[in-house]
Amino acid sequence: MVTTPLLPSDYLDLFSPLRAGADLRGRIEAVRPETGDAATIVIRPGRAWRGHTAGQYVRIGVDVDGVRLWRAYSLTSPTDRRDGRVTITVKAIPDGKVSNHLVRRAKPGTVIQLDQPTGDFVLPRAKPAKVLYLTAGSGITPVMGMLRDTEFDDVVMVHCAPRPQDVIFRSELHDLVADKKLRLTEVHTDTDGMLDIARIGALVPDWAERETWACGPAGLLDAAEEHWSEHGVQERLHTERFRPGVVVTGDGGEVTFSATGKTVDADGATPLLDVGEEAGVLLPSGCRMGICFGCVTPLKAGAVRDLRTGEITEAEPGVLIQTCVSAAAGPCDIER
Amino acid sequence: MTAIDPTAHLTSEQIEELGRELDAIRDEVIADRGEKDAAYIRKVISAQRKLELASRGVLLFSSFPPAWLLGTAGLSVAKIMDNMEIGHNILHGQWDWMRDPKIHSTSWEWDHVSPSDQWKHSHNELHHTYTNVIGKDNDLGYGIMRVDEDQKWHPVHLGQPLWNFINACFFEYGIAAYDLELGKNLHKRRRKNPEFRERAKAVGRKIRKQVLKDYVIHPLLSGPSFLSTLGATFTANLVRNVWSHSVIMCGHFPEGVQVFERRSIEGETRGQWYLRQMMGSANISGSKAMHFMTGNLSHQIEHHLFPDLPSNRYAEVAVKVRALFEKYELEYVTGPLPKQVFSAWRKVFRLSLPNKTPHVKVPDREQVLVAA
Repeated sequence: MVTTPLLPSDYLDLFSPLRAGADLRGRIEAVRPETGDAATIVIRPGRAWRGHTAGQYVRIGVDVDGVRLWRAYSLTSPTDRRDGRVTITVKAIPDGKVSNHLVRRAKPGTVIQLDQPTGDFVLPRAKPAKVLYLTAGSGITPVMGMLRDTEFDDVVMVHCAPRPQDVIFRSELHDLVADKKLRLTEVHTDTDGMLDIARIGALVPDWAERETWACGPAGLLDAAEEHWSEHGVQERLHTERFRPGVVVTGDGGEVTFSATGKTVDADGATPLLDVGEEAGVLLPSGCRMGICFGCVTPLKAGAVRDLRTGEITEAEPGVLIQTCVSAAAGPCDIER
Repeated sequence: MTAIDPTAHLTSEQIEELGRELDAIRDEVIADRGEKDAAYIRKVISAQRKLELASRGVLLFSSFPPAWLLGTAGLSVAKIMDNMEIGHNILHGQWDWMRDPKIHSTSWEWDHVSPSDQWKHSHNELHHTYTNVIGKDNDLGYGIMRVDEDQKWHPVHLGQPLWNFINACFFEYGIAAYDLELGKNLHKRRRKNPEFRERAKAVGRKIRKQVLKDYVIHPLLSGPSFLSTLGATFTANLVRNVWSHSVIMCGHFPEGVQVFERRSIEGETRGQWYLRQMMGSANISGSKAMHFMTGNLSHQIEHHLFPDLPSNRYAEVAVKVRALFEKYELEYVTGPLPKQVFSAWRKVFRLSLPNKTPHVKVPDREQVLVAA
């Protein structure tokens, strides 16, 4: 009543954006280069931060060229860091707006938006006797969070990167090897060629006995899932994907965002989330790969296609769709 | 209003070319829009909130005259900033591209008795689409005044200088009534319309909250300064109302601004729409501070051409727009605030009486074009 039409928090945010009770935010405290195109961002999370489990990711909202963009990144800090800071490690991907901004232009002191950490690519409560980490490229990031968090008696890691200098956290990994805490095989794909999963036994003879966490490009994970299934040990394999596998596209249609009053033409391959954001519609978003359900929005009319499966969803009262993996399948109305 | 169409010398090809040139100006700003613009609006919002906090703080001791003066002045400015440079422009969607849910046309609420969603409908959809079209754009005299010879005279217009003065003092209530289309909806049959009742209730709720804050809670917090704080918040609201009313009168009422017939906008092209905005709006000249306090509505012409471009860009856009006015030999109506306010008021007085000579109707632009 005192501050109408604003809320008291609108004023408090001016002075203390990280205070208890505020929307969850964080402040970038440092940006440390890891390789030529990767950097670790040290973040001081707001008081509302609930803490994470090793292997989880966090969604962050960063203003790039004045536009708020949300992405998900794996947490690379251990869960018990004494100063309460958390880190994410980001690899700049070609044309990646957020990743390039974070690696090359982010400044300490900047306030970013945070979500609570989430994800089920985590270590079990009971320690497995033998562990295998199978990673490629920036797929090492959630695993680094695990390595830094929990020590196991017998840990093997197979990591793929184009060249030695592209291996993120290389010196820290080598320190672990020197301390006999880790056995590491680096596959340098520029010289060694791609890792053939069918021959994993040559690198790790007892791979089938190991509880395995794998993270990397879809090709690697697909092959791993097939190989582990063939040997009947698929329950030992845990995977984490960074991007959705788009398999089916079709005809698009006219998309109406009825709450905002905007109508745009969309093709059958562009996620409705991208379509709406381009048109200036405020849409919730999350992982942008169909797993976090941060983007679910009511479908008021028409039909949409799930880009991962080709499945068509038609509007009915109460039907929610994931806009990040759904494209228009004819005219449709999204209630935003 | 002049009796000849000031755009009669333009061919339809020229009008479409003008439209393309204006589109190019718009595209240039959009391509360049970014971090600096975002920093600008955040800075303005932050400054407004701090100024309001500080002013209300000072007003807790408003029985001390210097505190009353300082606090009232600060609160007046803060309220003007909230309504003009911040509220009006955010509600236009000028900052939606930032995708910040806290600074977005769908979530913003302003320090004003008209709820933002109702204002957006009557202002963005009606006024900006049908700018200066008689019978379509209710901003032409707000339904209580006659501001063009082409509007029919009625004895009620004799009182319009008085109506306009009262409207200026209580402008936010005038706007709320206007957004509700109160004149039309108070007819017996419409009064019971559930949609109207719902909207009227929303306005009632907003008024209650605003009044409670400004005239009850804040004065109560001032303790022994209750009455002087009450006077201060009333004065700040009055200053904000008169100021925004004056700025808005300057946008469409001064001499030289054109109005249009309902028929003239049938089948209107993009170029013709732009041309109508150019001829139907007037600017205010002045310093940077002056532009800021008008919420950059001093660049009314540019605002009407590009209602969703960020307001901080209108000044640079104005240079290019003015060059186009010259190129196409059109009159760019502008002048200092006192002159424009005087011009608008003179019109309000003059048109309170019936037209002196039988008014020659301007031929529709379409007909002129066909003839040319």
